[in-house]
Amino acid sequence: MNEAAVDFTAPGSVGVVTPQRVLIDAPLPLDCGRTLPRHELMVETYGTLNAQRSNAVLICHALSGDHHAAGLHHVDDRKAGWWDNCIGPGKPIDTRRYYVVALNNLGGCKGSTGPSSINPDTGAPYGPDFPLLTVRDWVRSQALLADVLGIGRWAAVVGGSLGGMQVMQWAIDLPERVANALVIASAPQLSAQNIAFNEIARQAILSDPDFHGGRFYEHGVVPSRGLMLARMIGHITYLSDAAMRAKFGNDLREPTPSFNFDVEFEVESYLRYQGQAFVDRFDANTYLLMTKALDYFDPARDYGDRLDAAFRHAQARFLVIAFSSDWRFSPARSREIVKALVDADRDVSYALIESQLGHDDFLMPIPQYHDVLRGYLARVADELEARA
Amino acid sequence: MNLRPDLEPIIDWIRPGSRILDLGCGDGVLLRHLARTRQVRGYGLEIDPRNVSRCVAAGINVIQADIDEGLRDFESASFDHVVMTQALQALQRPDEAIAEILRVGKTGIVTFPNFGHWRVRLALARGRMPVTPMLPSRWYDTPNIHFCTVDDFEALCAERGWKILARRLLDHTHHEGLAHRLAPNLFTEVAMYLLEAPRVTGFAT
Repeated sequence: MNEAAVDFTAPGSVGVVTPQRVLIDAPLPLDCGRTLPRHELMVETYGTLNAQRSNAVLICHALSGDHHAAGLHHVDDRKAGWWDNCIGPGKPIDTRRYYVVALNNLGGCKGSTGPSSINPDTGAPYGPDFPLLTVRDWVRSQALLADVLGIGRWAAVVGGSLGGMQVMQWAIDLPERVANALVIASAPQLSAQNIAFNEIARQAILSDPDFHGGRFYEHGVVPSRGLMLARMIGHITYLSDAAMRAKFGNDLREPTPSFNFDVEFEVESYLRYQGQAFVDRFDANTYLLMTKALDYFDPARDYGDRLDAAFRHAQARFLVIAFSSDWRFSPARSREIVKALVDADRDVSYALIESQLGHDDFLMPIPQYHDVLRGYLARVADELEARA
Repeated sequence: MNLRPDLEPIIDWIRPGSRILDLGCGDGVLLRHLARTRQVRGYGLEIDPRNVSRCVAAGINVIQADIDEGLRDFESASFDHVVMTQALQALQRPDEAIAEILRVGKTGIVTFPNFGHWRVRLALARGRMPVTPMLPSRWYDTPNIHFCTVDDFEALCAERGWKILARRLLDHTHHEGLAHRLAPNLFTEVAMYLLEAPRVTGFAT
């Protein structure tokens, strides 16, 4: 996840925000068959809910995201939330007009109930006892959060990558609760290649001797080599070949090769840095859980493998956005979504953004991308305010 | 709202409440007009990112795509009308595009500038490529690569078995005059056709 440094006094920042821990004191039945009696979600909100409670926007995060989508936690933070370039006063998701809700999904490791939380039955972290989750489970959990916040219907549900999958699932499972569905750099289900990359990442973690079958907390260690490898693999899929070439080429860090396995090439240095930084901020069990949720996502499966049949239930208007250099979830995958929506006679627009970086471009402030988001959401806000 | 004059005659061909696909929809003016006046639902196809932004901001369903890459993402006979205004001459393969239009649409509406107009012929007779009010580009900066005349177009329709349900042949004021009826290929500036593909029959059960 790329984060841009931001001057908190700059116009467009939501400023200093304080996350809240929200107790969802209702049973949550899960796709795996188990039920969580209650759970907690870390939540940040930006902007003000209007009197009609009609201007709420839900932000769904991707694989390694969390509730800290915009603003700063402390005045002297060097990095703002992961989507700060898009959320704030005057930004495409304009907090002067919208009430924006961002959360750390169930199963996460940033304070929401997850594998690293204490299991009240045992007094120890859940670890491998935490249930595996699906995108549908997340939508159920987010709907319970909406109930707590008093939001009957979202003006928009927005997400990139795995976040976009939650957006689609919302529109299919709870059609009356989503007015607009913004699906960015996503896919209708994973390809075999996508699952293969996830499997390598999981094997890297599972085969780390420090993983201890997921109970590493009790051993006072973390499977850092496995998690680092997993993140390195992930990073390769987030960047385009051209972007990597432009950024690193095949440059050696020293004038001559050293003929050993130390870091020699710039790209090795980058991947090791990204991997190491990830180990310090992410939980290995959560990573496993998130990749499985990705693999399981397939809303068409419940409808005879017909995505258009799934979308026939949706009432939302859709905006689908893809990036030309994204090969992880390529524009062809977004066109599958668009085709199914057209076949289902749903309202949909599709924008293909010319881009360089790859999958990570959905986090970048590309002018055409932000123009499309801004124009779409400004119109929705106009309509809301005209009705208010 | 002022509709482009060359779009007005098309309106009459469009059934109220129908489902339409507008190829090269620009800023979505036709779709917006049809939604408002004829309760038409549909989508525009557009390649230019600025126009895509405009459509999105106006609440028009727009799909960013290149018509030259085909309509393969659209099911056969899934639209009542597929409309393509003034884009035929800029396509790589106009004949394939029309075939696709008539596969996806129960009817196709195609408009194009007539290269048989007397101004064009006059320019060519003088040995120069035409620059007319309808065709303002010069030979080196024109997006138009496949011009045809009214007679060429109708010959293609006959050859492929496309049925001409209706046509409107307009001069630059977008009217049909006496001169048109006498010599349409000479006096038409904008040609408009309502087309239908022959339907395969004999296998119905």
